[in-house]
Amino acid sequence: MNQTESSADAARSAQQPVLTIDKLSVALVGEHGPGRPVVKSLSFDVKAGETVCIVGESGSGKSVTSLAVMGLLPKDSLTPTGGRILLEGENLLEASQRRLRDLRTTGMAMVFQEPMTALNPVQRVGEQVDEVLRLHTKLGREERRKRVIAMLESVHLPDVERIYRSYPHELSGGQRQRIVIAMALILKPRLLIADEPTTALDVTTQKQILALIKELQTEQGTAVIFITHDFGVVAEIADRIVVMNQGSVVETGTRDEILAHPKQDYTRMLVSSVPSLIPHHRTQPTGETVLTVKALTKYYGSSKSWFGGATASGTPAAQDVDLILRRGEVVGVVGESGSGKSTVARCVMRLIDPNSGEINLNGTDIATMGRGALMPMRKRIQIVFQDPYRSLNPRRRVGESIIEGLLNYNVSRAEAESKARHALKTVGLPEDVYDRYPHQFSGGQRQRICIARALVMEPDVLVADEAVSALDVSVQAQVLALLDEVRERVGVGVLFITHDLRVAAQICDTIIVMQRGRIVEQGTAVEVLTKPRESYTRALIEAAPGRHWDFQHFRAVA
Amino acid sequence: MSMTETTTETAVGTAAISGAPPGNGPAASRSPLWRTLRTTPVIVALGVLTILVFVACFAPWLWTVDPVQINPAQRLRPISFEHWLGTDAYGRDVYSRVLYGGRISLIVGLSVAVISMAVGLVIGVVAGYFRWVDAIVMRIMDGLMAIPGILLAIALVSLSGSSIMTVIIAITVPEIPRVVRLVRSVILSVRNEPYVEAAVSLGTPTVTIMLRHLVPNTIPPLIVQGTYIFASAILTEAILSFLGAGVPPENSSWGNIMAEGRTFFQLIPGLVLYPGILLSMMVLSVNILGDALRDALDPRMSRRL
Repeated sequence: MNQTESSADAARSAQQPVLTIDKLSVALVGEHGPGRPVVKSLSFDVKAGETVCIVGESGSGKSVTSLAVMGLLPKDSLTPTGGRILLEGENLLEASQRRLRDLRTTGMAMVFQEPMTALNPVQRVGEQVDEVLRLHTKLGREERRKRVIAMLESVHLPDVERIYRSYPHELSGGQRQRIVIAMALILKPRLLIADEPTTALDVTTQKQILALIKELQTEQGTAVIFITHDFGVVAEIADRIVVMNQGSVVETGTRDEILAHPKQDYTRMLVSSVPSLIPHHRTQPTGETVLTVKALTKYYGSSKSWFGGATASGTPAAQDVDLILRRGEVVGVVGESGSGKSTVARCVMRLIDPNSGEINLNGTDIATMGRGALMPMRKRIQIVFQDPYRSLNPRRRVGESIIEGLLNYNVSRAEAESKARHALKTVGLPEDVYDRYPHQFSGGQRQRICIARALVMEPDVLVADEAVSALDVSVQAQVLALLDEVRERVGVGVLFITHDLRVAAQICDTIIVMQRGRIVEQGTAVEVLTKPRESYTRALIEAAPGRHWDFQHFRAVA
Repeated sequence: MSMTETTTETAVGTAAISGAPPGNGPAASRSPLWRTLRTTPVIVALGVLTILVFVACFAPWLWTVDPVQINPAQRLRPISFEHWLGTDAYGRDVYSRVLYGGRISLIVGLSVAVISMAVGLVIGVVAGYFRWVDAIVMRIMDGLMAIPGILLAIALVSLSGSSIMTVIIAITVPEIPRVVRLVRSVILSVRNEPYVEAAVSLGTPTVTIMLRHLVPNTIPPLIVQGTYIFASAILTEAILSFLGAGVPPENSSWGNIMAEGRTFFQLIPGLVLYPGILLSMMVLSVNILGDALRDALDPRMSRRL
């Protein structure tokens, strides 16, 4: 029914917004009525064919807003406490469950961050798209199949007949997200809410998915709410931007208003925290070499055969990787998922054993060292992980975690403690952090604690495995600045693993680009990012969203 | 001092919907745990259990007589002032025997739970951490699990003669594989956590890593499993004693009281009923407690992992 009216609707709603959120408030459910507000008096609207980006850091309430619109707020923890959500004039907060169920997919649809969890792993994807039609239309089997195939074609999936019969695990991340988009848009909803739909994807895939959403939006005249923390993406796709902070709207405006002429201090801070793709010109470090990796190779799935020699089977995760790290230098290893960059980091740390090659730490090859011999070497190379929430034992006091390493190397408790307090000061945390538990800290603070834990060992090499990837941009900027400062002051060599070229541009002296386990290009950051020699590097740079925008200076790149 | 980052407070909003809680420190978790536990069934179960434990512990002072004192003149007497629950076929005081029988049940239940948890914990942690041990140990555990527990227990008791110690060992052995599997699964999910890898990088010795970073994660599910083992051990002991493969006949146990009483069930049903009721009450209470503990600990657990 909705489709026949939709063309007439489109004309009418060109003036009237598809979605109006009017003074929406959402609060946590407390034991006695509504508790702390999570979204406070939020108002904005979205017109047909328009893309509104909601940006904000974690805890800003942007995801809660989208769930409130979809009627998917978890009842036992969050409840709307006021305001209206009007979808083409109909107040969704007063709609019945049955009406909401009908409206989802026909009136509004949502695409989530992680396509693997949005799909049923034990059902063929074609059938999952078909289910939407089966539940919401009265079409016959053949007709439905035709519509599904047509939809799969319009999301540009190859070999649609085969894909129709595939299970989610047989598809790549990008293909899965295309399926989810096909499910969301097959009934031509008026409103599409995309909650970080490309965050879990590689940049090249992200570029394709963004183009796809834009294409379908233009075709169907869909209103799109795009929730993201990535200002690069925002710069690419937004018509208008809503900036949220701690549940309230900070500022609303067109893309240029927000990115070029932000009025609020918070917006200015946020936008200018976005790292620029333009590398800093640095003097090349000339310090002594602390780490040399030669022909490092690691196969997954291979095991040593029973008679000694290694079997050559298995998937190569890293092949013939060479790198040199000097004191005070930051070497960036960049690449998409599966490029082997984390494998290199984990081999260097000897968290996994390389199959062959040399890892020369201060003149000692640690690649084949046994557990015992490795022990004295461990303290000279330390690591900071990606996920700050899982890098600290939740049951131990922060101070205990920091001095754990020192106590292993027979440092007296008193001395370890004073070193730990000093390290905390170095990473910009107050001393009373020492006696508290990790859950009392935010992600950025925990990452500082992890850096302190690594630094207190006075290592020669610090491996940062996506160490800022899980952080909000403003916090990311602070942690990057901290790493840079530490590098200068302590003179540690940093092996910086990242998928984010912007971050690499900010901090790295040397950049190594990896693809499918091999190094495709390496050189100074300036060389690699401004004059890439390899086509793969060029493709990576071109796929980086928002590369035409210089966020720090609030202007387009000339 | 740059504390301008998102505070933990604002993170709670997203945590509520994303399922990633800000976490609860050991200090913070005690009172909410008790709050979720404080329901009527749990309080009743705790009450019943306390009474049973008290009665068993202080049996000698609770107006009992020697439970093995045979008195042929007083056979199969009904309830009287002298014999509160009557006497059995040998003229022994049933009230005293039931109270003393509770002791056996508790000793067996507690010992089996503690021993199987301790042994299972050690094997499970080692199997979960070292892959090559895993391959061997888990096949042995699979083999043990393939044999019905009671059958194994009967076989073990008949091999080494009946004493409380053999009964405890016989009931413990079949319980161990389940504990091992539980502990191993927790270890497998935690061993690759970044904080464990960080400890490796910090040069922490393997044994310390296990004790400090891995074992604490296994404790909450282990406690829950422990209550179930406790209940099932009491039941198994009763079954073994009922079948005559349990504790030696001179020790009164709820199982052998019922076994001896069953021939006189039509004459004096109490011989089966009294120990049976107490047995049911104890097993039920422990199970209710275990269920409540599981509900209280598990969501927290699964979210924390």
